[in-house]
Amino acid sequence: MKLRRIFKGIYAIWYREVKVFLREKSRLVSAIFMPLFWYFIFGAGIGSIASQTAVPGENYQHFIFPGFLAMVIIFNAMFNGAYVVWDRKVDFLKEVLVAPLSRTTIFMGKVLGGMTDALAQALILLFIGIVLGVPFTFFSVILSIFTLFIFAIGLVSLGLIIGAFMESPEGFGLVSSFAVYPLFLLAGAFYPLSNLPGWMQVMTHFDPATYAVDALRNVILGASSLPYLTNVAIILGFDVVLVIIGTWAFNRMKL
Amino acid sequence: MSMSAIVTTNLTKRYGDLVAVDNLNISIESGEIFGILGPNGAGKTTTIMMLCTLLKPTSGTATVNGFDVVKHPSRVRESIGIVFQDPSSDDTLTGYENLKLHALMYDVPMKEIDARIDRVMTLVDLKDRMHDIVKKYSGGMRRRMEIARGLLHEPKILFLDEPTIGLDPQTREHMWKYIESLAKRLNMTIILTTHYMEEAENLCRRVAIVDHGKIAVLDTPANLIASIGGDISVKTHSIDMNDVFFHYTGRAIREEEGDDMGRLRAYTNVRQSNNK
Repeated sequence: MKLRRIFKGIYAIWYREVKVFLREKSRLVSAIFMPLFWYFIFGAGIGSIASQTAVPGENYQHFIFPGFLAMVIIFNAMFNGAYVVWDRKVDFLKEVLVAPLSRTTIFMGKVLGGMTDALAQALILLFIGIVLGVPFTFFSVILSIFTLFIFAIGLVSLGLIIGAFMESPEGFGLVSSFAVYPLFLLAGAFYPLSNLPGWMQVMTHFDPATYAVDALRNVILGASSLPYLTNVAIILGFDVVLVIIGTWAFNRMKL
Repeated sequence: MSMSAIVTTNLTKRYGDLVAVDNLNISIESGEIFGILGPNGAGKTTTIMMLCTLLKPTSGTATVNGFDVVKHPSRVRESIGIVFQDPSSDDTLTGYENLKLHALMYDVPMKEIDARIDRVMTLVDLKDRMHDIVKKYSGGMRRRMEIARGLLHEPKILFLDEPTIGLDPQTREHMWKYIESLAKRLNMTIILTTHYMEEAENLCRRVAIVDHGKIAVLDTPANLIASIGGDISVKTHSIDMNDVFFHYTGRAIREEEGDDMGRLRAYTNVRQSNNK
């Protein structure tokens, strides 16, 4: 297949995802307000008991902010996966699958489209964070965006993998919430992982969000358990695995 | 001698015990309008889905525009356009956006995309509505938009699965004229499925009457009507395709037509067996 065809195919799928995203204002609004809600209510509430014991020397709301950036990516990635199921239900998927595009091309377009949506929302939250006084610098903004970018590749792929396997929106909702909450809660967004019981610490190692949160904390707050580049390398490792599984899942996907 | 646009050899699709398409052998010539006439559940849509590579045959083969549907699905897909029975456009996008997405997927040259969208939307009388969100279209408008979309990449072969289902009689006739002129002007091969007798009679050069996944008879509408001229049971009025259908299948097509709920049930059953 010609390279031009592949790029145009990827652009086509991306074009559609982004158009739909921009048209659904409710999604944009909820994606911004949910993390803010957590930041203020949860952050202030738990912060009042956690700040002295859990993270000495840190403002608790600043401590959990990287977790919310990761959260926006996680929730959006799952939302994107749900679109695959929805497209199948309303028959739009037929139009895409009958086009002369390889499934791999379609998958790549979906990943790029999902990443664009997720990053756009994370960026808005990031700028709200700056306004709220999270200690960002120009340099840490750039590195945060890069971190979110590579984190989104894997997570959007994960959402698409679930979407490719699920046939009903209900099934998708069930499975994706099984994925979302462990991903989010095991990532150390609310508490330092070093205080956790042993079995839970083991599980956190298998959560890509752990490394994203740690990397963001390193960049924004200057404190982390692993060096930044180690985190980046591990996130990229997750990306490679999830993109490969996603490509396979799309190739075997039935209508 | 004209080249064959589509050839099927013992094309078969089974769902467990149910044989949806049973050893189908047809040869459709390049440039003809070919009709597949039959009641719901006769295997029309299943046949189309196999020919457009969305469904794998259980056995048998088919070539479309000279390419094998199993071995070279992407070459087949480049050659065809299809208008599905159920709406398959994104109703959160505008008509224009749906067509642009299609043009990109089918590698229409970038410089030509807007001009072509203009042209096909003019053909289906939707040019002044093309920047409206599809949600605001009526059923007929959406169908016309999807027909325009099927033509956008100028396919050699166009599949129309029940193109006029759910349209009012006026729009239906308008659509027939339109399909006819297209086939002539673009020298396009058109395969359409229908359970409307008049549609098969007025539009198609040849018609295959299918029932229970098999071809009961295949000929020109005129020959089909002439072939049962001697049948006493239909001599009381002028013979039409309804009589032809009754003669070859032993029942009236209306028996299986049912209401919308029946259609919905039939559709759900197919979906469920697809998912197995």
